[in-house]
Amino acid sequence: MRAIVAIKQVPDTTNVRINPETGTLIREGVPAIINPYDIHAVEMAVRLKERFGGQVTVITMGPAKAAEALIECIEQGADRAILISDRKFAAADTLATSYVLARAIEALQAEAPVDLFLFGKQAIDGDTAQVGPGVATRLNVPLISYAVAIESFDPETRTAVIHRKIERGIEVLETRLPALLTVEKEIAPVKRAPLPNLIKAARYQPELWTAETPVPFDPNQIGLKGSPTIVGKAFTPSPRGAGEVVSAADKGLQETVAYALAKLSQVGIIELLHSAGDIP
Amino acid sequence: MTENIGSTHPRIWVFIEQEAGQPHSVSWELLGAAGRLAGDLAGSEVEGVLLGRQVAGIAPEAFRYGAKRVYLIDDPVLEVYRNLPYGIGVSKLVKKYRPDIFLIGATTLGRDLASAIATRVQTGLTADCTELAIDPKQKILAATRPTFGGNLMATILCRQQRPQMATVRPRVLPMPEPLPQTEGELIREALGMSESEIPVRRVGFIPGKERLNIEYADVIVAGGWGVGRPAGFELLAELASALGGVVGATRPVVDAGWVDYEHQIGQTGKTVRPRLYIAAGISGAVQHRMGMSDASFILAINSDPQAPIFQIADLGIVGDLYQVIPELIKQVKGIDHAR
Repeated sequence: MRAIVAIKQVPDTTNVRINPETGTLIREGVPAIINPYDIHAVEMAVRLKERFGGQVTVITMGPAKAAEALIECIEQGADRAILISDRKFAAADTLATSYVLARAIEALQAEAPVDLFLFGKQAIDGDTAQVGPGVATRLNVPLISYAVAIESFDPETRTAVIHRKIERGIEVLETRLPALLTVEKEIAPVKRAPLPNLIKAARYQPELWTAETPVPFDPNQIGLKGSPTIVGKAFTPSPRGAGEVVSAADKGLQETVAYALAKLSQVGIIELLHSAGDIP
Repeated sequence: MTENIGSTHPRIWVFIEQEAGQPHSVSWELLGAAGRLAGDLAGSEVEGVLLGRQVAGIAPEAFRYGAKRVYLIDDPVLEVYRNLPYGIGVSKLVKKYRPDIFLIGATTLGRDLASAIATRVQTGLTADCTELAIDPKQKILAATRPTFGGNLMATILCRQQRPQMATVRPRVLPMPEPLPQTEGELIREALGMSESEIPVRRVGFIPGKERLNIEYADVIVAGGWGVGRPAGFELLAELASALGGVVGATRPVVDAGWVDYEHQIGQTGKTVRPRLYIAAGISGAVQHRMGMSDASFILAINSDPQAPIFQIADLGIVGDLYQVIPELIKQVKGIDHAR
């Protein structure tokens, strides 16, 4: 069983702050983390390896610093890690990113056949959820997005049954292998990394792939040149205006609540209640 | 594909999402937005794209929401959504009719499909837009979306490739009023694929317990970390029930397992636009605000007078929610009895 997991190192967006004077992102001091969904993808791949034997390869496109996230995947049980890094990849949108990852995966497939490709369902910095599906389309392999469980997996018959979460429930899908899954966190809870893995990871150096070698990427399809979208402008969201604030302690509890309901009635909301049963 | 730029009748396409023959309302929200874009793009026409099995009956509805034409691929293979046949089918239509703009709902289906189409036709796709406009100078789509966890808004442009694709989540855009009876043109196209060519089969379906339609609720009583304990949500549920509404929640309480994900509102949950949003014990982080700031009226209850939620609330009550909410329930029920 060979699996390839694509990961991304992201700024921890829960810690991102905006400079109120300039309206720009304060990146300083914001920790870079492995995208939270991706680590579950790695865990899933490692569990399959534990069951069927084989190899788990982790790849990422990013700056040199992204090697840290790859090392974390080695700690988690991955066998091999590849950092695809070059200034020429900078400013890639999702189309250019899916090109690079798909080409890299094709090169790895040429070494030995792969059974499964795993991606997190989305990265928390961009939240597009576009790269995994884009890679599946480029590789011409079945895509199963929002995967929450692998019910069965058979490298012999090259089929698997996957649970996919959609709005109304869980779809149970039988797919041919290799397939590409984008995963939710529940696909596999992350276990604490065992000591031998930590020792291995401490010495591990990810392989470095550039824009030219070992895979000669098409310069027209990478970076800014390969990206059909550009950021026209960026700005901080304008806040909705503040209304009135009353203190229950100052005004009295009953009075405060009565006041609130009077106000709701004034804007026609109390009238709406109980006729609200019909939802379009 | 650049020759399409500046054509006399730019087509603005909307994907009409349906499941089991039921159209998703986000399709009508997008047709409303497409109509507004068409007003700023001289000569352009709004058209719908519909795929499925025996779904032609949905087309007249699309006409009433402003589609002039609907392209339909009706095929047994398309009975349930699968990425490959839908992706190939829609991409075929795109290559044939060359729309200028293509809008798709940011549902699980729409996101899965939009990425496949954009990759097949090699064009730009902007996910989860909160605002769509035509750039007045360049006459191209200006698609604005939140990024970095909602801390920053970015306006994305796709200058060369066509179509300019964008997804928008349900309820981000207002629901337009349908026209009475309206005629439109239905254009049928063939899929040209057989079941044996498709590597994925749906072999089962486990329905979610109760379908919570929180996106379309008129009243939402939402709780955050300030609720303090899982049992506190029973109190919120009581108020919600008295108001004919549903319970919402922030990400931390969902992550803590107090409330199911289906109730989560915000950037990684649902977007809502109720008439009344009661935010109880919610500090008002930007990620949460993104999902609810389009509510008509926001009533915030928080013991911390500095909570950012008060900056966006129409009415804020500084107080203990465990005192304020029982009093609200009492008085709301009182109004009922008085009727």
